[in-house]
Amino acid sequence: MTESAGASTAAASLTAWPSERTLPQRLGRIALYAVLIAVAVVQIFPLVWLLLFSLKNNQEVFNLSPFALPAHPRWENYAKVWTEGNISLYFWNSVWMTLTAVALTVVLASLVTFALTRLVWGWKKPVLGLFMVGLMIPVHSTLIPLFQMFLKAHLTDHPLSIILTYTAFNLPLTIMILLGFYYTLPREVEEAAIMDGCSVNRLFGQIILPMTASVLATVVIINMIYNWNEFVFINTFISSDERKTLTVGIQNFIGQYTTDWGAIGATLMISILPILAAFFALSNRIVEGITAGSVKG
Amino acid sequence: MDKVMSDKRIIALYVLPALLLVLVLIYVPIVLTGYYGLMKWDGIGAMTFVGLDNYSRLVKDALFWKSAGHSFLLAAFSTLSLIGYLAVAMVLAGRIKGANLLRKIYLVPMLLSSVAIAQLWLKMYHPSNGMLNLVLQSLGMKEPIGWLSETSIVLLALFVPIIWQYAGFYILIYYAALTNIPSSLIEAARIDGATPWQVALRVKLPLIAGVIKVTIVLAIVGSLKYFDLIYVMTDGGPNGASEVMASYMYHQAFRSFDFGYGSAIGFFLLLTCLVVTWLIRRLTASGEEVQYS
Repeated sequence: MTESAGASTAAASLTAWPSERTLPQRLGRIALYAVLIAVAVVQIFPLVWLLLFSLKNNQEVFNLSPFALPAHPRWENYAKVWTEGNISLYFWNSVWMTLTAVALTVVLASLVTFALTRLVWGWKKPVLGLFMVGLMIPVHSTLIPLFQMFLKAHLTDHPLSIILTYTAFNLPLTIMILLGFYYTLPREVEEAAIMDGCSVNRLFGQIILPMTASVLATVVIINMIYNWNEFVFINTFISSDERKTLTVGIQNFIGQYTTDWGAIGATLMISILPILAAFFALSNRIVEGITAGSVKG
Repeated sequence: MDKVMSDKRIIALYVLPALLLVLVLIYVPIVLTGYYGLMKWDGIGAMTFVGLDNYSRLVKDALFWKSAGHSFLLAAFSTLSLIGYLAVAMVLAGRIKGANLLRKIYLVPMLLSSVAIAQLWLKMYHPSNGMLNLVLQSLGMKEPIGWLSETSIVLLALFVPIIWQYAGFYILIYYAALTNIPSSLIEAARIDGATPWQVALRVKLPLIAGVIKVTIVLAIVGSLKYFDLIYVMTDGGPNGASEVMASYMYHQAFRSFDFGYGSAIGFFLLLTCLVVTWLIRRLTASGEEVQYS
């Protein structure tokens, strides 16, 4: 929010001095635009190329220019990988594991943030400290013990190992983003509610939580992206094919289809399409969440 | 009011689920990693206490130091590229039409999974049909380059998609910081006759020094623990030429079933990240951060 306000004031002040530019200044500006657009092309071009070869067959990939549009877009590549391999299975595993972990993370983080900002208790500082230091812990330093713990609890190759680790490792970031918002919420409403005999649970569930809807949308989308893309945990804890998500699933799948470029391209496109769709629909929220959560390592 | 809000059972109900998850799944493993690091253990059988043997082995392990060197090289590379991101963000935060759209386009690679990026770049680097060699060959290059199979270039070839993946993230952070600078400060400097260069270097840079510090920590620590693309694209190969600390740890534990040694590396990685974070904060703490208003 502050960001867009800052941007608009900056824009307002900048339009204040137009049209006094000399020729070298104009040329300079053209050069700057050229650089900015070149960066954009570099960032996007591999994806355009991916889309192109996902719609070609091997002959077209090998014999035509990489920039050539496919003569007949071969959508059958998509149908083929969706029906022949396990891609649809991986896809739905990704969907339900991501959503379950996100729901759990957002509920637990909201409860803690409410307790940290509204309830009255000691130990707030050390508890907050524990969550914040959690942001700095490298995942790999926890991997071996986590694997052993899940092995002992018979949770390896079990979706619960994934959902619980995703939740635990996303809680610190989620709490951090929520905290900033909870601090800005007015307190008058809740004081009045408590005076009227409202219980803490009702205060949280029916008054505070609805007021945080906008920041919840931000943390939900950020959590969804992180979970959808997660690789190390799922690769380490899950071994059987029917429980894999897209990230590890496509890794195996592509191993089998190394020579069929169209199939590989279609698989990769299927795995990134939900993210691209979310991006087109919610880019402002994503930008906001990533900026707010920029300390996540 | 305070009486209602300090009900112990309610507080426990609100705090404990999240706290327990984080304690059990993040903090207990950290302690266990330190503990396992003192053991000889194949992950299945009994553990034998070996004291600091794993660490003395670590000190003498040439392959480990080679991997650590690669991680530090990536850290240097990532830190230097911050200058480029900062320059792009400076331009973007100036009088640029479409800045909002451009920064979003820059961000797209960061939103994709490492596996998808890795697979895409495997294709980009494909010796005979990859985009890169096709373009170079059309420009007159004779022999196709084996980007990921030649030990001398594989590491740099891997750094490119890593940079590609995170560029938009840093540009976004710098852009947000720069557009948060009150325009009155910039105006004042201009009225005092500062050139655009002076405004950029003497006014804007000091004002976002705190953010720059955070990004340096992120770039270095993120590089030291980097794993994903390298694991998928080369698995540390050929012949260890692209092995980094995290992939070396993973191989020791989950391929060689040397969980004691793997844990020692994991613990070393943790300490390195914490020490580096502390060090950068310390080194850059000179002087108070510049305040607006």
